[in-house]
Amino acid sequence: MRQLLLALLAKEPAHGYELKQALESIFGSAYPSPNIGQIYVTLGRLEKDGYVRSVDVEQANRPNKKVYYITAAGRESLENWVEEPTEGPRVRDEFFMKLVLAPMTGLSDRMALINRQRRHYLSLMRDLNELAEAADPDNRVALLLIEGAMLHLQADLDWLERCQEELP
Amino acid sequence: MTATPVVRAVNLVKIYQSGRGLPVPAVRGVDLTVEPGEFVAIMGPSGSGKSTLIHLLGGLDTRTSGEIWLDGQRADTLSESGWAVLRREKVGFVFQFFNLVANMTVADNVELPALLAGASPRHARERREYLLGALGLTDRAAAAPAQLSGGEQQRVALARALANQPRLLLADEPTGNLDSRNTRDVLRLLGEVHRQGQTIVLVTHDARVAGLADRVVCLLDGQIVDDGAIVKRRRRPGGTAGDVVELHGR
Repeated sequence: MRQLLLALLAKEPAHGYELKQALESIFGSAYPSPNIGQIYVTLGRLEKDGYVRSVDVEQANRPNKKVYYITAAGRESLENWVEEPTEGPRVRDEFFMKLVLAPMTGLSDRMALINRQRRHYLSLMRDLNELAEAADPDNRVALLLIEGAMLHLQADLDWLERCQEELP
Repeated sequence: MTATPVVRAVNLVKIYQSGRGLPVPAVRGVDLTVEPGEFVAIMGPSGSGKSTLIHLLGGLDTRTSGEIWLDGQRADTLSESGWAVLRREKVGFVFQFFNLVANMTVADNVELPALLAGASPRHARERREYLLGALGLTDRAAAAPAQLSGGEQQRVALARALANQPRLLLADEPTGNLDSRNTRDVLRLLGEVHRQGQTIVLVTHDARVAGLADRVVCLLDGQIVDDGAIVKRRRRPGGTAGDVVELHGR
């Protein structure tokens, strides 16, 4: 959540509810809609860490609203997030978010992200090949786990290829 | 590295003519240098020009423009028979559709390239026995290609391509017709010959095959969009379930 909010704020300053709406409209109904309280808690932590700052904006007949903007430290943290390869199948969605969000912020283009991720997957596959070769041929659990990881990686690579074909 | 590259392609272009006479560019300005002992995996979506590229490198299709050098020799200007000689001497090729000689046994199919290249019958036989053994095909040696399954034919094609210990092994989807057990044999053999110094350039969708390579070249619309090393991340002995889990950072 932290990096998602930072990415959105790197695009433009926003208040909490706008961030919630942005996440919903970018990722659509497939994305579990974030709880507004959770967004404010996350923003509070980001502010405490110095990654965002806020200004109070007066509103007529309503309480002031806080508009958040990203700091240099926040941008650096976001840059690290965008640049580091994304681990494993469970966080595949995180890679997809990078793929969708990073180009909007001008931090990276999709081709570079996809190429970096492909190399990362292939180096994981290289490790798995070595593990498979070194594994006890009678240890079915280990071999199946390796094979499962390989199949996940195969799917990830096929899907990267689809992204490369379909996304501008 | 100062050694002569095994492959050097310079601004390689292939344009086909469509049925209606329109030019269809399949390979658009590819530069590729492969050093001795390198293992390069060529990846990319269907229609990205992978197969065309590897066919050009093996002289099975003629380039529209650009240069191809194999082992220091200019190859793109060769006649068809010149290519045939060059291939016999330097290149092993595994096709997507095998191309085995139908009226020869498996054993003869595998020995033929070595004999044509001037190996002694005994040397050719020993090499054939080693390769068929490594691919689990020893008991199919006397069979005719038509008696084999697709997966078996594909493995025979790999054995044939390696019979000669060629300067360069080219392969187009070498595991495309294999189940996972047979794929394992092919992976093991590719890894083994690579460790012995075999230069390999292959087209593959199979991540397990690509994971053996030192380098990945990715094509999109006939152009190289990525070319880089596949870095070994960590080395650990054993091979327990725990390693895999840790690898994925769960």
